[in-house]
Amino acid sequence: MASTYVPIATTTLGSSAASVTFNSLGSYTDIKVVYSATASSLVNSRLQFNGDSSSGFYSTQVLYGTGSTAAATRQSNQNSIWVDNTDTGSNVNTTIIDVMNYSNTSTYKTCLIRGSAASTQVDAHVGLWRNTNAITSLTLFPSSGTYSTGSTFTVYGIKAA
Amino acid sequence: MASTYELIASTTVGSGGAANIEFTSIPSTYTDLIVRYSLRSTANDSGGSTPIDVRLTFNGSGSGYSEKMIYGTGSSAASAATSGSLINWAGTQTNNSQTASTFASNDLYIPNYAGASYKSASVDGVQENNATAAASRLTAVLWSSTAAITSLKLAPDYGNFAQNSTAYLYGVKNA
Repeated sequence: MASTYVPIATTTLGSSAASVTFNSLGSYTDIKVVYSATASSLVNSRLQFNGDSSSGFYSTQVLYGTGSTAAATRQSNQNSIWVDNTDTGSNVNTTIIDVMNYSNTSTYKTCLIRGSAASTQVDAHVGLWRNTNAITSLTLFPSSGTYSTGSTFTVYGIKAA
Repeated sequence: MASTYELIASTTVGSGGAANIEFTSIPSTYTDLIVRYSLRSTANDSGGSTPIDVRLTFNGSGSGYSEKMIYGTGSSAASAATSGSLINWAGTQTNNSQTASTFASNDLYIPNYAGASYKSASVDGVQENNATAAASRLTAVLWSSTAAITSLKLAPDYGNFAQNSTAYLYGVKNA
């Protein structure tokens, strides 16, 4: 039986890094990114597709809980998607990003994101990239500073058939 | 091609109910663990209308856990946090006074479970019963231990898991 859930690429940081990029995403129906990371300071992790850093084409809807408050917020007309809050030290997070129909050339690209940082907050995000190009690469980066050594990032491809 | 998403173990609760569901001897040969569980309780909560918490521990350890949760009840949303000897909100389960045959669905994702870092996890839990109150919960979990996870236990905060509750443990390989 053909595998429908395939690891495309993975990286474990051997030294701190300002960003992590996955190229050559292949031909699948959906892609899933899973990472467990810390950063040099408490920051937002951000996501860009195809190296597009143009301001105004990304937006994010956020539902979050801090442990005492549940709230929602959003960002529009950004240069990247707001993925999660990535903490520092031993406060490792778990973040899962699902990008459905990522190679469709007729639609803008939407992704579902679950950010879990027990030290800061728990998040459910929806990200939008207003571009009809197929996604061929993705880049994750902290809003400032670097990801820490030992952080792990994996991208999987999921086939519909 | 080798499979990257494999069933490690599963359990279905029998007619007597179960005080807990435990997976032991988890091999370290995967990258991530996923547990999907469908739960109903044999007990009622104090008011009879709210779901019952699901507790989680790793490796039999009774320390080092912290969590934050955001949840909705059908009429309000809120957030809570705690830390201590176990994870209190590893999803949810339907209580015995709620609509018959309804079970809660839960998804637990643990990346890098055999790595040297502290262990972080994500839990999504939902419960709907065609009544006035239900539950949806998102929980961030941290176990402050560098030990590889070799076992995990799910337990209700009271009562037992009811017959036909199920749990499936999967391993995911990144290569």
